[in-house]
Amino acid sequence: MIEKKAEISVEALRAGDREEFSRLVDAYSGPIYRLALKMLGVPTDAEDVLQNTFLKAFQHLKDFEGRSSLSTWLYRIASNEALMLLRKQRPEVPLSDAEPEDDDNSNYYPAQLTDWCCLPEDEFLSSESQAALDRAVRHLPETQRIVFVLRDIEGLSIQETGEALNLSEAAVKTRLLRARLRLREELSTYYGERLDKRSKA
Amino acid sequence: MSEQDHSKCQSLLGSLSDYVDGTLADGLCEEIESHIAECQNCHVVVDTLRKTISLYHESAAEAGEVPGVVRERLFRTLNLDDYLRH
Repeated sequence: MIEKKAEISVEALRAGDREEFSRLVDAYSGPIYRLALKMLGVPTDAEDVLQNTFLKAFQHLKDFEGRSSLSTWLYRIASNEALMLLRKQRPEVPLSDAEPEDDDNSNYYPAQLTDWCCLPEDEFLSSESQAALDRAVRHLPETQRIVFVLRDIEGLSIQETGEALNLSEAAVKTRLLRARLRLREELSTYYGERLDKRSKA
Repeated sequence: MSEQDHSKCQSLLGSLSDYVDGTLADGLCEEIESHIAECQNCHVVVDTLRKTISLYHESAAEAGEVPGVVRERLFRTLNLDDYLRH
């Protein structure tokens, strides 16, 4: 989640104070870069999103009305940039068709039922484990991925996530649940195999 | 998990996010808790779902810095070179 290192003055930003803008960049570039990296998986793409986010923020500061917080506003710009870049890279998959919007979970039940929570802590801290977490996020459909990244990685509330993505809270919740269940399945496969290996070792 | 229990498992699935976030209404919470006390599979699903979310929370805490060269290029792109050392 974005931590406010120091209060940023919206008035100074609007007045074109470049030093204040540099403080804004330093306060928020870490989380924006992380969001882009989780969404795209490639550092050069994440850097493009980072640069475009602050270029657009600078251009549109005068339009910032303060209805949402500065951080939610920046997340909105960054989310749009990341989704646009993904779309440019894969134009054959329209975002709106990537995920059916129905709310029907009635035919779904989790398939992986291994309890892997008991694995020793070092198993979760390895770089291999981190790579498995990142890979699983990138396997999510884009529209679920952005909701999960904002809510569960960046720590926005359901309401803030909705504001950043222009979605209703109900839509955020539906996508979030699907994303979490999908990730749980994929991590259960990965950590289930780790559990097997340990028991055979 | 018996055949007739399975419909109960599915009906609770839609509330799991709110349950693990602690934002579910008390009545439904109790329903889930009494169900998972008896249904081992749902117990595992809830535990591993919580663990999944907490692993991502923890991974975010470790990776929030922009590499120095990326920050430098960002500042130059934004014509903020004068503030690079701040």
